[in-house]
Amino acid sequence: MLKQIRPALVLLVLFTLLTGLAYPLGMTGLAAVLFPQKAAGSLVMRDGTVVGSALIGQNFAGEAYFHGRPSATLGPDPADPSKSVAAPYNASNSMGSNLGPSNPALIDRIKAEKDALAATNPGAAVPMDLVTTSGSGLDPDISPEAAFFQVPRVAKARGMDEAVLRALVAAHVDGRLFGIIGEPRVNVFALNLDLDRQAGG
Amino acid sequence: MTVNGWLQIALFVAFVLALTRPLGGYMTRVFTGERTWLSPVLGPVERGFYRLAGTSEREDQHWLAYVVAMLVFNAAGFLLLYGLQRAQGMLPFNPQGMGAVPETLAFNTAVSFVTNTNWQNYGGEGTMSYLVQMSGLAVQNFLSAATGIALAVALIRGFARREAHAIGNFWVDMTRATLYVLLPISILLALFLVWQGVPQTLGPSVEATTLEGARQVIALGPMASQIAIKMLGTNGGGFMNANAAHPFENPTALSNLVQMVAIFAIGAALTNVFGRMVGNERQGFAILAAMGVLFAAGVAACYASEASGNPLVHALGIAGGNMEGKEVRFGIALSSLFAVVTTAASCGAVNAMHDSFTALGGMIPIINMELGEIIVGGVGAGLYGILLFVVIAVFIAGLMVGRTPEYVGKKIEAREVKLALLALLILPLAMLGFTAIATVLPSAVASIANPGPHGFSEILYAYTSAAANNGSAFAGLTGNTDWYNVTLGIAMFVGRFLMIVPAVAIAGSLAAKKTVPASAGTLPTDGGLFVGLLVGAILVIGGLTFFPALALGPIVEHFQILATAAHSG
Repeated sequence: MLKQIRPALVLLVLFTLLTGLAYPLGMTGLAAVLFPQKAAGSLVMRDGTVVGSALIGQNFAGEAYFHGRPSATLGPDPADPSKSVAAPYNASNSMGSNLGPSNPALIDRIKAEKDALAATNPGAAVPMDLVTTSGSGLDPDISPEAAFFQVPRVAKARGMDEAVLRALVAAHVDGRLFGIIGEPRVNVFALNLDLDRQAGG
Repeated sequence: MTVNGWLQIALFVAFVLALTRPLGGYMTRVFTGERTWLSPVLGPVERGFYRLAGTSEREDQHWLAYVVAMLVFNAAGFLLLYGLQRAQGMLPFNPQGMGAVPETLAFNTAVSFVTNTNWQNYGGEGTMSYLVQMSGLAVQNFLSAATGIALAVALIRGFARREAHAIGNFWVDMTRATLYVLLPISILLALFLVWQGVPQTLGPSVEATTLEGARQVIALGPMASQIAIKMLGTNGGGFMNANAAHPFENPTALSNLVQMVAIFAIGAALTNVFGRMVGNERQGFAILAAMGVLFAAGVAACYASEASGNPLVHALGIAGGNMEGKEVRFGIALSSLFAVVTTAASCGAVNAMHDSFTALGGMIPIINMELGEIIVGGVGAGLYGILLFVVIAVFIAGLMVGRTPEYVGKKIEAREVKLALLALLILPLAMLGFTAIATVLPSAVASIANPGPHGFSEILYAYTSAAANNGSAFAGLTGNTDWYNVTLGIAMFVGRFLMIVPAVAIAGSLAAKKTVPASAGTLPTDGGLFVGLLVGAILVIGGLTFFPALALGPIVEHFQILATAAHSG
């Protein structure tokens, strides 16, 4: 047993230096040279300030923007930091709802979301992804159906022609990679950024 | 289910199979000490490590010495990781100023990463400094994986060697696994992930002003380097709380595909290493085929259940599969596939929240873990796990025909069968025993997030995942309490080391035996009959042990949902 202590300690130290410092620091250096923008979090700038990350969803509540999916992330309660309150799209505390399929709280929440959505576009089928929370609470995407579903509301709020808006959404639909991998989707942040740009210009 | 969904699943399987033989051949050369194309670079490093450590590649160990070396190394790793977490407030690479991790949480996390479980009772971005992530957690990602690979190779030598007293050298196997296998692949994988958008930075969190003018603090960190080894080493501990569902950890469907392949790559290749080292590659393919049968059944069941969706949601007039807890870019097919892959292997990374899966969809991960993660399995752990089942399977076959069973030329006798059963009984004891206690302990029940049978499933999932060293969770359960921190820690320890010791003892016992030539009465173990026998043995043992517990959780929940939906509709 004592005979094994020297190799145990020596190899633990050597591998900590190699895999715990040299490897991550080396990768950080290499990533900064090869893919600087992505290594730093794919941040998006507008007028000199960071407005978000291209990969991270953000909370949209206003009528004039396309909305992302419901988010279950929490944040500290401003009144009592030991407690947590709902803070959708909190990008420093990713989480899902973890509500089970039989939980009445899940079904009640989905019903409330559905009723609110149905009022904005009567007659249209409410898409599943707009009433369900994502695993991370930071899902940047919605399905193309979910984007088109919101066109009437956004068009009305912005005083835009629905057909123009529909074309803009269509331009933002990302298909499957090689036609096979992944699911068709619309990045909500990118779409809204474009929407602002069009309105501004 | 869609045709495109199945195409993606087939694509994943094709990638894994394409890698099995090349990687298996390379790993065989590494562990038999032959030169590889990396030797000119890594050879001097390797020999330097041995010289400093006072060991040598010529020094062969008896199985007991091998186990002791492994245990001492893991104990040292545990102490270092515990110490780093407790002291992180005073150490560098801590831009968010994280304070010391509390005692029981640090204990749980240290056991969790040393045992290759990576159960997380903490939220990564809110608890751990960059230093703990890189030099504590990620180091154990490498070393616990290397430990698993070393043990699998030692057990293979038990089958391959004749009348030998030794089964290899732990220090050499562990060093080679890290230097020649884990590190080079991780470097390539990490670069690929950054290209896909995974951050790799030491900078602090970034404050963004959203389009609506709100403040969004975006947590960052050196993620790509850690995620590469977390997948390749079937560790699964996320840098972020949401793990591989987080858009930074897993930004695209392509990064998702590659991460899944990384989870299976080494485990699948080890079946080929086994075949090559015992002198017949078909022996390895037969094991992989048995794994494949169980895998295909799991994927089909999970995908079908998730795609059919939640009847209670359909009753509200919303059509479609179950998207609660899933990301749009992965959809239902890739989320179901990931859940099966991560629990078939002992990875435990998740790209969707298993707690929100349908009742039957969420049962598949539990079954995968209950069977001991032998469907490809954790790196190393999967192979020695399934070889234990092989021992049982050939024993049963031997009983049926009244002959002493043989496997790859070794007689399987009472000692091996007893040791295999001991290892296989430890798991259900830890899984079901702790679950039973927790369900009657009010303070443990208080951690449940979902009412009804689903709450029981949360507890069952937790101890199953811990004892199987998986690390995924029905994450609604509040695991960061003294009770769960300590008991889950014990379950992880028991599930890892009390399984390893009998497995290595079998290796020692087999290595000492003569090889018997195959005769007309030998059951061929490289064909379809044996695959069927092995699958049957696994299902009978697993089914008898776990069906009652499953009936109390996911199965009753499924019927409850159907009944409620029928009434409301």
